Amino acid sequence: MTLQMLMQIPLLTLAGWLIAPRISSRAAAVVARWNDGGVPGLLLASLTGLLWMLPRMMDSSVQDPGMALAKFSSVPLLIGMPLALSWPRAGFVVRGVLLLEVTATAFRLGWLYLAAPERLCASYLLSDQQRLGGCLLAVGMGISLGLVWKLMWGRFKVDPVGV
Amino acid sequence: MATRRSLLASLLALTAGITALGVATDGFQAFTTETARRIDVRERPRALPDARLETADGHLVNLSHWQGRWVLVEFIYTRCPASCSKQGIEFAHLHDRLVGPIARGGVALLSISFDPTYDTPERLAGYQLRSGDRGGSWIAARPVGAASLAALKDAFGVIAIPDGQGGFVHNAAIAVVNPEGRLVAIVDWDMPQAAVALVTESDGP
Repeated sequence: MTLQMLMQIPLLTLAGWLIAPRISSRAAAVVARWNDGGVPGLLLASLTGLLWMLPRMMDSSVQDPGMALAKFSSVPLLIGMPLALSWPRAGFVVRGVLLLEVTATAFRLGWLYLAAPERLCASYLLSDQQRLGGCLLAVGMGISLGLVWKLMWGRFKVDPVGV
Repeated sequence: MATRRSLLASLLALTAGITALGVATDGFQAFTTETARRIDVRERPRALPDARLETADGHLVNLSHWQGRWVLVEFIYTRCPASCSKQGIEFAHLHDRLVGPIARGGVALLSISFDPTYDTPERLAGYQLRSGDRGGSWIAARPVGAASLAALKDAFGVIAIPDGQGGFVHNAAIAVVNPEGRLVAIVDWDMPQAAVALVTESDGP
């Protein structure tokens, strides 16, 4: 469970991110026309991410080869690629909202997995669920600390590219 | 223009995403596999495979043998330590509460092992004895052959995973099979009242 959520899905996302610059410049231009400020792309990525974080979907992607295939194709194509194409276009506020939501989700789910007395996934052990909970809290802390560092010492480009 | 197009694209992404989430959760009801299994069984009673079983007293029977009565089915493995021995004791209690309907031939209790290589008939009998079985109509059995086991696990939605200490962790529950041989409900193994209610309601007092 920990490996699926914190290794497999992030690595598949990264794969999509790395593919993104390879699409033709014409296709990229079309996407850009429909992706003002990166909002549609980030929405798509968030909702797809939400879908694959459901305990039920994590189970079925392990139990059912068809669902595994769906995950292995949709995470790079519908999370990684849109992220790569949208993040650079996103403004300060949009980035802030997304990071806040990611951090809050990590804390919420982390706490839930740490405290739930029952297994939420039929394919994983309770100990794994609790380890994932701990790791998610650590991820939430990491992002928060990173943001604090950035706010204190980082540089900001307040105006988004391409407006 | 670019803004309006992007607004449209956002709305499309939102609609598609929420639709997908709705479909994946049976209309925002089932977020876990276990809830999904229960809702699916309740809404679409499942036909069951006529799997071949070997009972603790060594007889070979098919699952359809019990057609015409309600069957309460639990999946077990006899090596299971603490939590499953509670599951077994709970099942023995269930037997006590359903003595009447069982005696009239309206109800049967069936424990099926998902670990048939280890759970020989002798071990199944030992499991029943340890759980406080009073003898008689609680049947423990193991599937004969890998195909029977796989078909049963698939139909009942049983998922058992190794616990890393030689045993298993599984989605233990009581499955309720109606007299027509269809799986109609799955209830918590430690709350058998729901199963009793379902069975006695239609069996009469």
